[in-house]
Amino acid sequence: MSKAMGEVLLEANAVAKHFGGVKALRDVSLTIRRGEVYGLIGPNGAGKTTFFNCMTGLYVPDGGGFMFNGTPLVADAPHQAAERGIARTFQNIRLFGNMTALENVMVGRHVRTKAGVVGAMLHTPATRNEEAAIRQRAIDLLHYVRIEDRAEDLAKNLSYGDQRRLEIARALATEPSLLCLDEPAAGMNATETEALRDLIEGIRRDGTTILLIEHDVKLVMGLCDRVAVLDYGALVIEDVPAVVQKDQRVIEAYLGA
Amino acid sequence: MDIFLQQIINGLVQGSIYALVALGYTMVYGIMGLINFAHGEVVMIGTLVTITVAGTLIKAGMPVALAALAGLTVSVLSCMALGWSLERIAYRPLRNAPRLTPLITAIGMSIVLQNLAMIVWGRNYMTFPPLLPKINFEFAGAHFTLIQVIIVLISGATMAGLLFLIYRTKLGMAMRATSQNPAVASLMGVNINRVIAAAFVIGSALGAVAGVMVGTYYEIAHYQMGFMLGLKAFTAAVLGGIGNLAGAMLGGVLLGIIEALGAGYIGDLTGGFLGSHYQDIFAFIVLIVVLMFKPSGLFGEKTGDRA
Amino acid sequence: MMKWLSPRSALGIALITVALVALPFVAAMGGQAWVRILNFAILYAFLALGLNIVVGLAGLLDLGYIAFYAVGAYTWALLASPHFGLHWPIWAILPFGAALACIAGVVLGSPTLKLRGDYLAIVTLGFGEIVRIFMNNLNAPVNITNGAQGITLIDPVKFGDFSFSGTSQILGISLSGPQKYYYLLVALAILVIIVNERLQNSRIGRAWQAIREDEIAAKAIGINTRNLKLLAFAMGASFGGIAGGIFSAMQGFVSPESFSLIESIMILAMVVLGGMGHIPGVILGAVLLTVLPEVLRYAVGPVQTAIFGKVLVDPESLRMLIFGLALVLVMRFKPAGLWPSPERKRDLTVKPQEVAP
Repeated sequence: MSKAMGEVLLEANAVAKHFGGVKALRDVSLTIRRGEVYGLIGPNGAGKTTFFNCMTGLYVPDGGGFMFNGTPLVADAPHQAAERGIARTFQNIRLFGNMTALENVMVGRHVRTKAGVVGAMLHTPATRNEEAAIRQRAIDLLHYVRIEDRAEDLAKNLSYGDQRRLEIARALATEPSLLCLDEPAAGMNATETEALRDLIEGIRRDGTTILLIEHDVKLVMGLCDRVAVLDYGALVIEDVPAVVQKDQRVIEAYLGA
Repeated sequence: MDIFLQQIINGLVQGSIYALVALGYTMVYGIMGLINFAHGEVVMIGTLVTITVAGTLIKAGMPVALAALAGLTVSVLSCMALGWSLERIAYRPLRNAPRLTPLITAIGMSIVLQNLAMIVWGRNYMTFPPLLPKINFEFAGAHFTLIQVIIVLISGATMAGLLFLIYRTKLGMAMRATSQNPAVASLMGVNINRVIAAAFVIGSALGAVAGVMVGTYYEIAHYQMGFMLGLKAFTAAVLGGIGNLAGAMLGGVLLGIIEALGAGYIGDLTGGFLGSHYQDIFAFIVLIVVLMFKPSGLFGEKTGDRA
Repeated sequence: MMKWLSPRSALGIALITVALVALPFVAAMGGQAWVRILNFAILYAFLALGLNIVVGLAGLLDLGYIAFYAVGAYTWALLASPHFGLHWPIWAILPFGAALACIAGVVLGSPTLKLRGDYLAIVTLGFGEIVRIFMNNLNAPVNITNGAQGITLIDPVKFGDFSFSGTSQILGISLSGPQKYYYLLVALAILVIIVNERLQNSRIGRAWQAIREDEIAAKAIGINTRNLKLLAFAMGASFGGIAGGIFSAMQGFVSPESFSLIESIMILAMVVLGGMGHIPGVILGAVLLTVLPEVLRYAVGPVQTAIFGKVLVDPESLRMLIFGLALVLVMRFKPAGLWPSPERKRDLTVKPQEVAP
């Protein structure tokens, strides 16, 4: 790691987004530090995924903006977010269904590699070396998320839990400095959630900052260094889990409505 | 100024025919996401059946009005049967097939129907029996015929009937539900097979009506006539936003008017460089321009990128 | 990734080579017409493989592919015929035609990037029709394309003094014009097969497939979908342009009639019927759809006479009827095509696992 742990990695400044009359995000400001697991929670429809989509360039915010690694994040082209080092998974898994698990991870290397059409057609040594490196790295990542024995299966034929893991492996293939997981535990049973938790902790130990959107409050409180709570599109609180858990407004947001 | 009004009238007539055919495309597309390439051939068969039935009856001495009615009825019924069989035999087995498979089937069916028609009716142009008297009107310097008036009226009435069916009946509600979400609709007790069959049958009936009108208007028919007509109508459906009924109607009328105006003015617009034989490119140029700015057509629902 | 060939595959390649070399002589026994049909089969295989990049790999439903073929064909026709009195050499025209087609591909591609599947299909279809209508009518006021009459007396392919038209003696063997073109076409086809194969398993090819599978996910992992879609259009179009040039030279004549919508549809049908995205399947589709109508042309009349004693039904329409039925039946019983890639095939036999909500 070249940068020190604890310094600011991502900063959201008064991010606003509305759809017609609905204010999905109201001036949300928060800060994610390098090396931490940052939780983003809130009731259904609180604006968590909208925040995600603004950050990764899928939506253009109507107000405010993001600083990433010290420079503004131009959030109008999703592919640039990945280039800058932000990778994500999707709430409703989005894999390349008719490609094998291995190919899914290999595609993830796209932004960090550069072979073009001419190289591919001529099969130059540079292209072949890069191709071998892509394959090796993808195999390593499949090992890392422990689905190496499914490498040659089509992604859509994987079990639900394995699909989640594959999506994480694909995101990691882009070498992100910030990995955003959108409800990774949704639909998982207790054992699967436990395994997922180990995986996330492992990723953090290996130096990747994680932004975690999750419904499973127990998972979030156990895993995250800091937690932000959104309600009706506004930030309620941003603090360590122990404080957030006791906050009256958070309890109201979850139980009161 | 008269040529402007004249072309608007001509365009409106042609456009109502496009609209009727476009409805057949858009209903099937809205419910099952299939471009039914064979729909143009259904229209063609509708026209040719009318020629045979009405022509024979007139020759046998039946009054023209009765013969016309009989021709129309037989044509509509046979097209409904044809639409139903198309769905049942060709498309239903492919519900879960890869996306392009039914498209190729549709193209295959289009070829089959065209050549069947050629075998039955021959490869020559056929004259359509005169089903309506030729009466001319004049309004503000523009000329139009009784046939044109009746085409616009019948199209309007047919479309009103369709809207009633879709928005005021149980079948219509089932169809709308299916087009929103087939899985949920079927959980709610909608019989998807029936709904899809209904879309084909109704669309084909509208196509038959359009076919009879095309024949009456141009007084000529041919086994290849369905192709270009179908293409234009499909363009109209996309222009309006495919899957959207009102879109198909407005798209059809709009396309007809644009084509007529384009053909009337292209010479002046390009300083005589391009002549009226470029008429056919208007449909496509307008389509491309509209889709560049409104990727889901003029009245199509915006399908946002959902994550 | 070069591996030594096993004796079995070496034998296979040897057999295929012998068959490819011998084929035009076998076909010639049935007359030169059959060699021409063979040539068209290969030319269509070439086209279908070009379209396979766009439809099979990148998942962009292009119904106007024939337009690029037309651009290539007219480029050759105008630059190597008495029409303008120009006679450029092959090494100049073919790349020029490919480049023009490539530009046409980008021009068509750029306004369509935001469109989804079927909207894209109708826009590309419209574009194809626009090109054809212009070719049909650009004979006045300035005569560029000679309109519906088309352009005649187009130069054949020539390398130096060696012309591909007419019969020549090579190593004591007499080769007819079509037979010479056959070998040229086989060489080109092998080239396009290699390109397809390499692209498919490359960084770019995988990115195309990712776009085909899920565009949003593709963007999220950093794929510039706009540029890659344009690249797919450009690549496919260039192949179309090259095929068009060869077509022009081989026929010696082009007219707008050869570039109608039905041609685009046929090429798409070859890709889908054979097995989309699977190179051997696409080739099979192209060969079948070229040869089948011709076989029917020769068979339908005599068979009728044999059964009924006379020709009952116009053979021309009967053969197209059978052809259309064949399309429908193949799709009914082989929805993924006659020869799909092993993965796709497995996918259709194995039910995907139920995914939890």
